Amino acid sequence: MAGFTFNITDMAAMMNAKDVVTKKIVELVKENPKVCYINSDGTGHSGPIRDIYEAYPDRVLDVGIAEMNLVTVAAAMAKKGYIPFGQTFGPFLCVRALDQIHNDLAYNDLPVRLIGTHGGLTSGYGPTHNTIVEFGIMNSIPNMTMIAPCDANQCVKMLDASLTYPGPIYIRIPRGEEPAVYNTDYDYQIGKAIEVKAGKDATIIATGSGVYNSLQAALLLQEQGLDVAVIDMHTIKPIDKDAIVKAAQATGNLITVEDHNILGGLGSIVADVLMEAGVPARLKKIGIPDTFISLGYPEEIYPYLGFDGPGIAKTVLEFCK
Amino acid sequence: MAKVNLKDVPALIEKAGDIRKGICRSARYAGNVHIGGPLSATDITVALYYKYMGFDPEDTENPERDMFILSKGHNGILLYSIFCDMGMHDWHELWDNYNKIGHTFGPHPNRKLVRGIEVSTGSLGHGLNWCVGFAHANRNEGITSRIYCLLGDGEMEEGSNWEAIMYAASHKLNNIVAIVDNNHCSASFLSGENIQWNSMADCWRAFGWDVREIDGTNMYEIDKTLAALPAVDFDNPGKPVCIISNTTKGQGVSYMMERSYAWHIGGLDDEKLAETEALIEAYTAQQQERKG
Ligand SMILES: Cc1ncc(C[n+]2csc(CCOP(=O)(O)OP(=O)(O)O)c2C)c(N)n1
Ligand SMILES: [Mg+2]
Repeated sequence: MAGFTFNITDMAAMMNAKDVVTKKIVELVKENPKVCYINSDGTGHSGPIRDIYEAYPDRVLDVGIAEMNLVTVAAAMAKKGYIPFGQTFGPFLCVRALDQIHNDLAYNDLPVRLIGTHGGLTSGYGPTHNTIVEFGIMNSIPNMTMIAPCDANQCVKMLDASLTYPGPIYIRIPRGEEPAVYNTDYDYQIGKAIEVKAGKDATIIATGSGVYNSLQAALLLQEQGLDVAVIDMHTIKPIDKDAIVKAAQATGNLITVEDHNILGGLGSIVADVLMEAGVPARLKKIGIPDTFISLGYPEEIYPYLGFDGPGIAKTVLEFCK
Repeated sequence: MAKVNLKDVPALIEKAGDIRKGICRSARYAGNVHIGGPLSATDITVALYYKYMGFDPEDTENPERDMFILSKGHNGILLYSIFCDMGMHDWHELWDNYNKIGHTFGPHPNRKLVRGIEVSTGSLGHGLNWCVGFAHANRNEGITSRIYCLLGDGEMEEGSNWEAIMYAASHKLNNIVAIVDNNHCSASFLSGENIQWNSMADCWRAFGWDVREIDGTNMYEIDKTLAALPAVDFDNPGKPVCIISNTTKGQGVSYMMERSYAWHIGGLDDEKLAETEALIEAYTAQQQERKG
């Protein structure tokens, strides 16, 4: 195991990913004259983003409620040698402005960093504001990199790593208020999965908000005599094939956990890797069962869909019987 | 239940007061809701639902009905309050079971869950495009009813609107009535702080629409404007109509109007609700003093 520990209690430090990302963005803008930040009606009437919007009128922009404009404007800034971060609600980026992402970011191959907030079902605002498709979409667009950090600290590490990373990146962050997974420092590399917990009976491969809940599940399972490993698959594309193959060989039972449509997401990508590698393993996918979840805050939806610790533990136990 | 029909303006003003209270009670009992926009759009929406649309709560699927498309879908609480007031839904379902799995009402209206909602919205800049399709279908069938669309001023920044605006005027779809609730505030900015419209009305006019800019806080003016809409006549089609309804975000609740930008979304506690209801009553009484 790497030289770090993870939070195991229900009282894990809650850090608002959005606040931490905001603080980091402000820092980057102030320190690096090449960093730009572009929003669409998310600047706020006051606060830290409003302050940099006023202080850096040609590097911190708000394009208005016009997400397609946001993406292409960011591409142009990147073409001019800047490092643009573009941020708004996930669906309005990765669904509404998909043509711009496909053509202006990916096809033109420009290093824009898009930050889609309220990933998965975490908005609590229904299907128009939920983002349950971006893993599949970004995975199938050439040149794209797709990242889903699991907690606020990892967002910061990922933002730092993104500064020198080539090509466009789509970053999915949850609503915020997610518990911190890690409580000590560790090495972070885009494209390199992290084994958060070792185990020999099965491996849970989780991403984003699924990592914390999978750890909770692994601890519950420990009490029941099942020794389960947990992998933080923070990079969806390029997927860490070695980590998947190794886990398959070591435990033979893989369970994927993602707040994303069960079709085309992490689970499907893991299945692809296994089939191509010809490694025999059993696979169980935990995700959104290809349906629109119209109502509910994540506090209700996660247990309902079996995304919480006990729900994941139950599925893993049945799968490993 | 008969078709809803409040004939005179004082009755509409009174009703607008009731609906404002319903919205604010929801902000107490349902939790945080979008509130500033629903309050500013209340007057004109009440005039439509309680007088001009001939809305029949018992027959919401009649193919000849006037349609109302809530393009600014985050204002769902406004329609929920109207529907509950009309007895189509239960206030307690709204307040006790808001955004709960298996129930009816969420932050953005779902047409399969909420009877009366024409289309599920919430992503801005879709309503007018829906209207173009509805307008063609109606014209093809000789149905001369109107299709009303409620938009936000911030929402007008979405380019998709302008695709529909360009198209509707080109094809003389004069059965569409677009209403911009010009409450001078989006989620982050007061009018003119970021995007500069100069004149929103001139923008629509340049695209070939018949624009009527009104004081959207004056029920007499709203009533006159809606009464004077040109007849839908497919043989002599005029321009589609756009009503720019000038309001303030939070309309009817003074402390919200003073800090519009802070009341895009909000919740109230018991004490604040009592204060707010008193303010709405005073505001409504004041409106009754206005003359046409
Ligand atoms: C396509 C899209 N982008 C962004 C949002 C997020 N959003 C919801 S309401 C809003 C501000 C809308 O302002 P306005 O249209 O003026 O509405 P009102 O003031 O009437 O509430 C924004 C940016 C959204 N719902 N849809
Ligand atoms: Mg507005």
